[in-house]
Amino acid sequence: MEPFSKVTSKITPFDKANVDTDQIIPKQFLKLITKSGFGKFLFYDWRFDQNGNPKNDFVLNNPVYQNSQILVTNENFGCGSSREHAVWALKDFGFRVIIAPSFADIFFSNCFKNGVLPIILDVTQVEKLLKVQDSVELDLNSQKITFGNESITFEIDSHRKTRLLEGLDDIDLTLKENKNIENFENNSNIIPIF
Amino acid sequence: MTETLFEKIWNSHVVVERENEPSLIYIDRHLVHEVTSPQAFDGLRLNNRKVRRPDLTIATIDHNVPTTDRSLPMIDETSSTQIKTLEQNCKDFGIKLFGINDPNQGIVHVIGPQLGITLPGSTIVCGDSHTSTQGAFGAFAFGIGTSEVEHTLATQTLWLEKPKTFEILANGQRKNSFAVTSKDIILSIIKKIGTDGGTGHVLEYRGNAISDLSMEQRMTICNMSIEAGSRAGLIAPDSKTFDYINNREYTPENYDNLVDTWKENLMSDPNSKFDKSFTINVEKIEPQVSWGTNPAMVSDVTGTIPTPEDYGKNNEIQVESAKKALAYMNLEPETPIVEIPIDRVFIGSCTNARLEDLKDAAEIVKGKKVNSNVNAMVVPGSQMVKHEAEKLGLDKIFKDANFEWRESGCSMCLGMNPDILKPGERCASTSNRNFEGRQGSGGRTHLVSPVMAAASAISGHFVDVREWC
Ligand code: SF4
Repeated sequence: MEPFSKVTSKITPFDKANVDTDQIIPKQFLKLITKSGFGKFLFYDWRFDQNGNPKNDFVLNNPVYQNSQILVTNENFGCGSSREHAVWALKDFGFRVIIAPSFADIFFSNCFKNGVLPIILDVTQVEKLLKVQDSVELDLNSQKITFGNESITFEIDSHRKTRLLEGLDDIDLTLKENKNIENFENNSNIIPIF
Repeated sequence: MTETLFEKIWNSHVVVERENEPSLIYIDRHLVHEVTSPQAFDGLRLNNRKVRRPDLTIATIDHNVPTTDRSLPMIDETSSTQIKTLEQNCKDFGIKLFGINDPNQGIVHVIGPQLGITLPGSTIVCGDSHTSTQGAFGAFAFGIGTSEVEHTLATQTLWLEKPKTFEILANGQRKNSFAVTSKDIILSIIKKIGTDGGTGHVLEYRGNAISDLSMEQRMTICNMSIEAGSRAGLIAPDSKTFDYINNREYTPENYDNLVDTWKENLMSDPNSKFDKSFTINVEKIEPQVSWGTNPAMVSDVTGTIPTPEDYGKNNEIQVESAKKALAYMNLEPETPIVEIPIDRVFIGSCTNARLEDLKDAAEIVKGKKVNSNVNAMVVPGSQMVKHEAEKLGLDKIFKDANFEWRESGCSMCLGMNPDILKPGERCASTSNRNFEGRQGSGGRTHLVSPVMAAASAISGHFVDVREWC
């Protein structure tokens, strides 16, 4: 995975609570065979009308936020079905950071598995960020989000932080244990199928 | 120190163990199917990784396949893409595929055991939650998500938190063991412990009522462990287990020696401690019929639809969910179960579509006709099951009674292929999930055993199959 260090970007303000994964990526788009390509279906029923035309009043269709990499939203983001496709869609659309007062468990850990940083802040800080119009600078190393003269610090589990900074996915980390895996294979009675 | 069977399997598969961290567990068998694998292979390709142990990995196509004539072109384009993708991936990564026209094709949890690939004491994963089926052989078998499929392909290991253990002790003798099946035992257990009773635990089914069961009946029990919230359920292997695996296509060469070690090791030590325990006497168990939208909403066939209050017992959330379920199922409280008419019958799925299931159902159907208001089908669990059933003439019995006799696959268990219920249709189904829309949007599912499904198909409504045999 690509290492994660700093993100400088406008914030996409998405002031909704309990956004579930079926809204993030509706069921009818699950039959793709790649991890990429889900971005165009992100929030499909909110972004497009019945004829597939973009709805102008939906925030993700606003050209101001076109290259935004930070989504700020409200409580319990990513609830519902455990589909990993929800994170794939957000990432494919361009988001690398999602900030909310709380997340659904599985969604939260799926983010890390896919190099997306979910940040939990308290409600007042989230409300403040929802109003920031200029670009903000997010630095994972110092765990700081800076805008204007202000800055907010955030918490992150140290294992997960290292993993993101080094761009290591779970598989990379496990492959560091390769000696142990080989040892196990040499010393156990593994029965091949063929 | 004493150990449970699960702990023995776990301990013998630990690759890395550190305090306060998940353990790295070695995986002996990885079964792959077309729906949860494409992104995993895509990930391997993007990172230039290969499959670490193709010799421990097999693939088949089951969720999407049409169960009608397979020489015809497939109508659903996305399904056909997923199938072609798996074929290509298996070719590129050197994985043995039991493809759509292979005599060994079938539902992934049916073919593992019947090919001798599922072995006692092993760890088995598949990107499908009903992998728990294979725990019937004394294996630690559980379902995983797409990221974990990729992780297993690349490393043959998984990081896991060690689950707790839960003993399910089933004693006694069933009255009428033909009509009261292992499906009725497991539904009764789920009814009692609830759909989250096993969360975080591995279930071990024990007791004489379990050892009395055949291997195929045991698989039905372990299959539904996930419906009680457990990722895995297992049963200690015995001579029935060892006989079942013997002389299969992929039975290991030094089989007798393996059996000797398994016999010595694969059981919970006397007096070993489980984190939780539940006891059930099977003597009073009747044929079961689910009436709601989760597998704990189940009633005796001689019973009635409960009132939401009776079902929920003062628990507001449960009362509400029963109300919602009854509205969805279009059922009135206090209706006798045997008065509920049905439109469709589905005998199939990884829960109940093995040879014994079909034999038992055929026994009921023989010489009778499906009720004229009912549309009934049999979907064998695998091509091998289908073939063996045909050798016994079961296909003829079913067809003579106006059942449709199909090719193998998941079919109407989840309705990803064209086999689905129409909105409002009511189905007696031998599958494992009765969630809203599971068998087709608006469809109403009642979970039952194969003999109950067969008798209901003939009657046009639920019946107490004990009166038939
Ligand atoms: S038969 Fe049903 S439960 Fe079994 S693997 Fe197929 S879809 Fe899953």
